[in-house]
Amino acid sequence: MPEDLKHIADDYRWGFKDEIEPEVALKGLTPETVKKISEMKGEPAWMTEFRLKALEIFYQLPMPKWGPDLSELEKKFDEFYYYVKPPSKGPVESWDEVPEEIKKTYERLGIPEAERKVLAGVGAQYDSEVVYHNIKEELEKKGVIFVSIEEGLKKHEELFKKYFAKIVPPSDNKFAALNSAVWSGGSFVYVPPGVEVEVPLQAYFRVNTAGFGQFERTLIIVDEGAKVHYIEGCTAPLYTTEALHTGVIEIYVHKNAHSRYTTIQNWPTNMYNLVTQRAIVEEHGYHMWLDGNLGSKVTMKYPSSILKGRGARSEVLSIAFAKTGQHLDTGAKLIHLAEDTSGQIVSKSISKGEGRSSYRGLVKVNPKADRARANVECDALLIDAESKTDTYPYMEIENETAQIGHEATVSRLADDQIFYLQTRGLPEDEAAALIVRGFIEPVSKELPLEFAVELNRLIELEMEGSVG
Amino acid sequence: MEKKLEIKDLWVSHDDQMILKGVNLTLPLGEVHALMGPNGAGKSTLGKVIAGDPNYKVEKGQILMDGEDITVLEPDERARKGLFLAFQYPVEVPGVSIANFLRLALKERLGRDVPVMEFYQRVQEALKTLEWDEEILSRYLNEGFSGGEKKRNEILQLLVLKPRYAILDETDSGLDIDALKIVARGVNSMRGPEFSALVITHYQRLLNYIVPDVVHVMMDGRVVKTGGPELALELEKRGYDWLKEEVAGA
Repeated sequence: MPEDLKHIADDYRWGFKDEIEPEVALKGLTPETVKKISEMKGEPAWMTEFRLKALEIFYQLPMPKWGPDLSELEKKFDEFYYYVKPPSKGPVESWDEVPEEIKKTYERLGIPEAERKVLAGVGAQYDSEVVYHNIKEELEKKGVIFVSIEEGLKKHEELFKKYFAKIVPPSDNKFAALNSAVWSGGSFVYVPPGVEVEVPLQAYFRVNTAGFGQFERTLIIVDEGAKVHYIEGCTAPLYTTEALHTGVIEIYVHKNAHSRYTTIQNWPTNMYNLVTQRAIVEEHGYHMWLDGNLGSKVTMKYPSSILKGRGARSEVLSIAFAKTGQHLDTGAKLIHLAEDTSGQIVSKSISKGEGRSSYRGLVKVNPKADRARANVECDALLIDAESKTDTYPYMEIENETAQIGHEATVSRLADDQIFYLQTRGLPEDEAAALIVRGFIEPVSKELPLEFAVELNRLIELEMEGSVG
Repeated sequence: MEKKLEIKDLWVSHDDQMILKGVNLTLPLGEVHALMGPNGAGKSTLGKVIAGDPNYKVEKGQILMDGEDITVLEPDERARKGLFLAFQYPVEVPGVSIANFLRLALKERLGRDVPVMEFYQRVQEALKTLEWDEEILSRYLNEGFSGGEKKRNEILQLLVLKPRYAILDETDSGLDIDALKIVARGVNSMRGPEFSALVITHYQRLLNYIVPDVVHVMMDGRVVKTGGPELALELEKRGYDWLKEEVAGA
């Protein structure tokens, strides 16, 4: 279907490929590949062992069968590149030192400009390696660490070791195990007690090599009373071969700390996007997951918050947009372990053409979590008659004082809304896009302005040619 | 060429049922006409068909705007040419603020980007006429609005978009007398050589405040009588039965 592919490529603005030959590319999933990755990164022995053990766990764990169809992926594990090193000298602190071709890519994506305008720090990852990392000087002086995960391990090994894989152990699920074995790139963030980082830190992941698996690993530690907002964006060019993105994000939110993790991912339509994101929130801490998922062939992503300390709070806001040939299985988990913990899940999904979006969520209240409160709201919008949506809300409530709310709605793009907007001069496509933007507004209003604008633009692109 | 909205022998069906059966009506630019008639006469259908509602099928006839046949144009194309329909039942669009929506609509109406100041001035002026607080702009389009607020919001859009031909479909229904006066003031403020309105209503009441130049009466899918403002008063007094007999007798 060359015509179809062309159409997809046209829609996908980030579908351009950069003509860059990698320095190293490791294909196939074997202990040798894993050892080689560890060796090239100059890692301590404990990490090499950790990786090899994780690979064993990966082999042992079954593929998850309860969600989207992964049978095609299962046959392909040996066909992916597990490590691709771009020709770069490693993270540098000036865009001038980034190789010209790679720098151009980021300029097309608008990253250096955004850094000047609105960000406190930027990390840029290209295939497996972080090529650029910078943080505003005043934050560095206050002890804020924002470096690549590799540098985190190298320069802050004690701190790193204390938290790494403690929130998401390799045994958590098959893809967490895979990531643990072959992880490369990602960010390491530490915010010292009482330090408030007022403007967001951003990381940008760019996949460029065909048949590549990106396995970034991010570890964020927000110490007592500290505050941070971390933003991550991801894109890749469109290839005819399938690609794999399996990230692990671990966040530790200490007492009275406040953290937000925002990600807007827009993957090509042949990408498997299987990510484990989990936060532990201590006493009166707060964590927000804001998760926007566009593109991909299959996405499985359920950001989780473990409310461990008394009065801990969390919100999970998510948007998923599934088009024909895509199955986005997304949701959230709230685990209430302590008293007076509260959580809110708002999930908005849009299915277009023959796209399918599923909400899958868990609210679990431990026997000790007196007066826990949780509220789940999941809304699905179907654009076409063939579009599909399903909802799998799981509740495990083991405390009688818990207050749990759940509300789910399914609506169709309404003809009378379209007509109404058209009579005010908006073309049909634009009217539909506006309705969709309104639908996700409860989530998108939480985004920093630049990202909200970008998301709205993406939605418009996704909606082109959708009605009529 | 004379500027006008012209309906010529318009036949329209919905679910295989003929609703409009040869409507003829001319609305010259600069005039305000009332369209009256009993329930089920086809008044609202005519309004929606002029605006381009895809639920109705034009079987025969033409809708001409300044001589141009707009019968097959999309609703948004008609709107950009200066046509406006104030809905009888305005639609809720959650999550879309009135400010955001109005700005997009104005951009389409004018065919160019609208600087913030220009937009703001237009909206301010309209809000003042309608005695409405600015905070309404941040509310979502018609979501959770009372019936009266929805109608007022239609007139707000009218004032901001400044169409050339406006159809007001029972804008008076569900309004108390104070709201009715405000809405009428809004419409009257638009009156002039570059604005026409077709005011669809059941009742004479609205026409006390928006005094029409011409009154048309529809029955059973046709315009059966056209006259001056006194025709509305006569209908108010005598009802529609005498007219039915007159039509049947003719």
